[in-house]
Order: sequence, then C-alpha cells, then structure tokens
Amino acid sequence: MGKDIKATEEQIAYGKLLDVGMKAGLLMLVVTFVIYLLGIMPVHVPVNDLPKVWGLSVHKYLEVTGAPIGWGWLAMLGKADFLNFIGIAFLSGVTILCYLRIIPILFSKKDTIYGVLAIVEVLVLVLAASGILKSGGH
Amino acid sequence: MLRRQFIFLLIVSLTALIIASAAFCSTEPVAAPAAQTGSSMPWWGWPLILFIVTFLLGIVAVLGGVGGGVLFVPIIGGFFPFHIDFVRGAGLLVALAGALAAGPGLLKKGMADLRLALPVALIASSCAIVGAMLGLALPAHIVNTALGGTILGIVAIMLMAKKSEYPEVKQADALSTALRINGIYHEPSTGQDINWKIHRTPQGLATFVAIGVMAGMFGLGAGWANVPVLNLMMGAPLKVSVATSKFLLSITDTSAAWIYVNNGAVLPMMVVPSIIGIMLGSIVGVRILAKTKPAAVRYIVIAMLLFAGSRALLKGLGIWN
Repeated sequence: MGKDIKATEEQIAYGKLLDVGMKAGLLMLVVTFVIYLLGIMPVHVPVNDLPKVWGLSVHKYLEVTGAPIGWGWLAMLGKADFLNFIGIAFLSGVTILCYLRIIPILFSKKDTIYGVLAIVEVLVLVLAASGILKSGGH
Repeated sequence: MLRRQFIFLLIVSLTALIIASAAFCSTEPVAAPAAQTGSSMPWWGWPLILFIVTFLLGIVAVLGGVGGGVLFVPIIGGFFPFHIDFVRGAGLLVALAGALAAGPGLLKKGMADLRLALPVALIASSCAIVGAMLGLALPAHIVNTALGGTILGIVAIMLMAKKSEYPEVKQADALSTALRINGIYHEPSTGQDINWKIHRTPQGLATFVAIGVMAGMFGLGAGWANVPVLNLMMGAPLKVSVATSKFLLSITDTSAAWIYVNNGAVLPMMVVPSIIGIMLGSIVGVRILAKTKPAAVRYIVIAMLLFAGSRALLKGLGIWN
C-alpha cells in the first residue's frame, strides 16, 4: 500500500531540481574557497587583515574595506574573496529556480491558487535578491 | 567505509588548506584598518577553530534533534571575535545549506509536503526580509539582548513543549480545505499509511509572521518554532511537521540570506568553513544516530543553549563583554 503513495508531480520536480542545484552550489562553494585559500588570485581584503575587520559592524566593515554591496561583487570576480560569492549566490538562488520549475506544472493541473502563490513567492525572493532593499546604518 | 574515508580526507584537506594558505596569502594591508584583534593568533586560527567547532555542532545538532543554525548563532556570536552581523549572515547560510541538502530527499519521499509549505513559506519568507532588515539596522547590543532572550525562550520551549505523533484533527478548517492541504504518508516503522489534515490554519499562518521576522533578524533558522506550530497548533503529524519545517527553512532563509548578502554581511572566510564543518558533522551525527541515541545529548544541547543565550543576553546588557 505504502509503495503506491507517490509525492505529487510538482513536488518531485521541485525535489529533483533542488538536488542538482544544491550539489552544484556546494561544489562551486568548495572550489572557489580552495582557490581563495591557495592564494593563486589577488584578494580585495588580504587574509592577514581579516582579523582586524571581522569584529567590525557590517557598516563599519564596508567603510573600512570599500567592499561593494548588492550585486557589486560581480564586478570584483577577479578577486578571490568575491569569487566565493558565486557559490553563495547560487545556493541562495536555487529556490527561485525550483519555484520557476513548478509554476507551469501547477497551472497545467489547473491549481491556480498555488500557481499564483508560487508566482508571488518568486517575486518576493527576486525582490530580496535584487539588492533594492537596503538596511539602515547603526 | 569509503564514505568515512572521504569525510576524513575532506576534514584533513580543509584543515591543511587553511593552514597552508597562510604561506601564500597576500600581505598587502587594507586601506584603513580600524580595529585591532587584541590577539596574537594568526589569521587562520579562528577560521580553523570555527571549522572544528561547527563540525562538532553538526554532530550535536543531529543527536540533539535541533537545526544547526540555532546552535551556531549564539555560540559563535558569544565566543568568537566575529561581529554579530557576520555571525547572523553565516548562521542563515548554514541553516540554508542544511535545509537545501535535506530538502530533495524529504520532498521525493513525500515526507515534506509542498501544499503545506507553500502558503506558510510565502508569509515566513516575506517577514524574514523585514526581520533581516531590522536586524541589520539595530545596534549590536540590542540584537544581542533580543537574541539572548529568544534563545532562553527556545530553551523554555524545548523543555516544556510536548510533541504529538498524530495530533487529533476532528475537522479541517475552511482555509486548509480550500487550499487542499492534506495528505497521506507511509510510516515505515508501522507499515501504516497515515491520512492527515490540518486545522487552525489562519492562526498558524499568523504565527509565521513572528517566526519569519525572528528567523531573519537573528539568522537562527526557525525549526524550533516551525515544528511546534505545524504539529501542535495546526495538527500536522510530527514527521510531516519536522520534514516540512526543514524544507520550509530553505525558502525562509533564502529571502533573509539575500538581504545579508546584498548588505555586505557575508564573509566567505566564515561562511564556507562553517557550512562544510556543520554538514560534515551532520553526516557523522546521522551515522552515530543510526547506532545509538544518547538521551543526555538533548540535555547537553539545552545546557549549551542556556549558556550561550545567557552570554548573548549579558553581552547585550553590557554585563559580560
């Protein structure tokens, strides 16, 4: 009996894409971190100086290091410390891809409410990822 | 056997890499270093300790039945030199990575339920954005005070909250009926197929407003709150609640993580050793769990949270800096 129970089509599609995305993201994270640690690329903040800045608030840290915010790291991919953001951003974005994958499935099953919920969720996550939302200083 | 060797090799390799990279690193200073470390430890010392501690936290979290994020933020925030802004950013990514890793299996087996998760996730992830923005805007002492209070509240929940394997739901409420939130899952231990439905959906969804804000503000993950609400308030079976909660974190933490990433509160030198450490620790923890489950571990986790929560509270109040 139990063997007859199957997760829904959209659930399986979501799970499969999440599986691939998570593994790809972790791989990117590890590879870029190894490059960072090996010192084979220039860095924006020298590792020797990290202990001087990791105790600062993020606002002070940005001021001292001149590190970019938002998607500014894309322009700094030549620096090993920002290369790590490829994996971080991919892991943070894989959920959006999974939602985009299930939206057509939900609408094809005439599950309009959940289709709309999924679209709204994508909009929320894209808004968060956009970099439009800035936090005030302290 | 092969897996054990692989884990061992990974741990040794990462440790060696962190140490060896000291020889390669650039010595060019940042423009205007504004703070001194107050420590003679080389730069790689703390990342290495962080890796080892998160590895141990990964083991303890699995054995104690809690998420890694809830242990990570108060312990690393309380006893490491990193600013609480970066600790919360790393905490969110640690919880996110764990949830992303667990999600596929839980979804494919039908343990996590997408129909239950989607409406909850929409509320929690939207509110997590607000929480993350608030958290980054507040001064560190206020965040630490609130974090300490929250952790002590979690200790109270862990000590007092009961769990219900199969809560009695006499009648599904109108909202969950309209959304068709119900299901069947197969319980391998008894061979039974369990039909489940939920009630008190509006109240449950409203509670996720607060859970989302707290998840984003403190970077804790939120399994400690998700499970009691899904299980005790809304009446989902315990296993469905635990699995859906874990999957839910992959969505809630995604939105909050983006706020931290976009506001610069993510340091790869903290994030990557933490994620790898806690994931390897979780793998080892699951293997230990398959053989034995020492009851004392749960109390060790509670004691650790009590200590770390008190530390955050006292740090926030300026009593123990």
